Amino acid sequence: MKRTKLQTLSIHALLILSVFVICLPVILSLTISTQTETQALSYPPRLIPSNNAVSNYKTAWNAVHLGRMLFNSAFIAVSVTIGKVIMSLLAAFAFTHFEFKGKSILFILILISLLLPVPVRIVALFNVVGKLGWLNHYAGLIVPFWASATGTFLFIQRFKTVPSELIDASKMDGCRPMQYFFKVLLPLTKSTIAALSVIEFIYIWNQYLWPLMATNSDNMRVVQIGIKMLMNAESSNNWGVIMAGVVMTMIPPLLIFYIMQDSFMKGFALQSEK
Amino acid sequence: MKQSTFKGDVLPYILLLPTFLILVVFLFYPALETFRLSLFTVHPYTGAERFAGLYNFKNIFSNSDYIHSFGISFIFTLAVVILGLIFSMMIALLLNEQIKGMKYYRSFLIWPYALSPAIAGALFNFLFNPANGVICYFTGYRTWLTQGTTAFFIIIMAAVWKNLGYNIVFYLTALRNVPRSALEAAAIDGAGPVRRFFSITFAYLSPTTFFLLVMNTTYAYFSSFGLIDVLTEGGPARSTNILIYQLYRDFFVNSKTGYAAAESLVLFLLVVGITVLQFQTTEKKVHYQ
Repeated sequence: MKRTKLQTLSIHALLILSVFVICLPVILSLTISTQTETQALSYPPRLIPSNNAVSNYKTAWNAVHLGRMLFNSAFIAVSVTIGKVIMSLLAAFAFTHFEFKGKSILFILILISLLLPVPVRIVALFNVVGKLGWLNHYAGLIVPFWASATGTFLFIQRFKTVPSELIDASKMDGCRPMQYFFKVLLPLTKSTIAALSVIEFIYIWNQYLWPLMATNSDNMRVVQIGIKMLMNAESSNNWGVIMAGVVMTMIPPLLIFYIMQDSFMKGFALQSEK
Repeated sequence: MKQSTFKGDVLPYILLLPTFLILVVFLFYPALETFRLSLFTVHPYTGAERFAGLYNFKNIFSNSDYIHSFGISFIFTLAVVILGLIFSMMIALLLNEQIKGMKYYRSFLIWPYALSPAIAGALFNFLFNPANGVICYFTGYRTWLTQGTTAFFIIIMAAVWKNLGYNIVFYLTALRNVPRSALEAAAIDGAGPVRRFFSITFAYLSPTTFFLLVMNTTYAYFSSFGLIDVLTEGGPARSTNILIYQLYRDFFVNSKTGYAAAESLVLFLLVVGITVLQFQTTEKKVHYQ
């Protein structure tokens, strides 16, 4: 299937157009975050960077305690991710390496949990977390998200591809189940763990509705809510400051996505190979 | 292939205990409790409950504002899913061509995966702000966000834009499974690119498409909350007030617990309906490799 020169050229053109549309809003936010209030509000809009970046980022950092919110978001996202990875690894190990009573029922229950996203149970979830005294606490933003159907399925699929000779050989060596889990299975699961970690970190970092309801004090807010607070606080629409906040909120998940991109794609590929 | 197993009477239950503890306390119980509350009216201050039968459901479905939300949520979801899947499939197909600089193109096209709906809301808010929004300037039209129809159009665009990265990642992975030999054989037999796409590639993409159909539907119904809250707050004049935003307002702002619980149940039935539909279609039509 040789392409003509024109075809190659039009593929480039279409890709460049896609990159332009996808990247434009973000390039613009970077640009605006360097401008003063007047520059950012000028008409026609000013599309070149200026020199007010330091002041904007400082103001955004101080105006709504963005530093504290960045810390909250990072702490919550990391805690949820670690908990999810551990719990789904253990659950997947149970489902793939043991026979026990009620196995299929328990598996179906995990499947059903996929049908219950937060909005479907939000009214009573709010009451439960309230009764535990976890509203406005890290626990209320972390613990309810530890169970993961996605993670369990991902690891089940990974574990199924491990050749059963390995487990037979380990058993002959007198390996106990948990020894096998830690010494044989875990090292083979690294890229899947990496993929799940990226998915979950980004998912929790980007959450909005639950953190909005489960917290009410400024020092417990997460950074996504900070964006809205920044827009309200800068009521005269000081876009330079707002965009500085937007940029700071975008950077952590983007960094993680880029650093882990290869293992992330690998973990995904595995998921769809099955 | 049967996996060989370990012996252990208690161990598997211990391994599953943490997951099920969380599932029971934070998923199953709250879900059942929400469904129970949908049959009660709850006093906003005292919390006193009174059984009300289907009163809440009659109430929400006789409220014209709710019907309106129901309708626009449906249109919003339909538009987000269809446009999102078409654009991302086209971009993924382009990215699947062997061409110079592909690695860079890929990097620049999948990164919105890491963006949040709230960020998308803030960015589009700036692009379309009436004072000096870049798009307002270049289109010479300032009321994009202050008029219902155009505001609704903008939340669709923002939601599609934000989810492109996610969809492209899945399509790219699926495209790797399309055998090049089959495409080349078809080319030799004289099938053009369009024909090749519909008779070969599309079949390999269909499981992913159905998966993305469900994921994008729940995304549009639920995760778009942050986008709406930052971009339009459901306005102007309720024109972007989708179901999830209405639910948030009824429960959190207006403290109508039973009423909001009924809205949750409606959302749950929508999710179940869509998922069941997906499973049925998948079994009948989808071609698995």
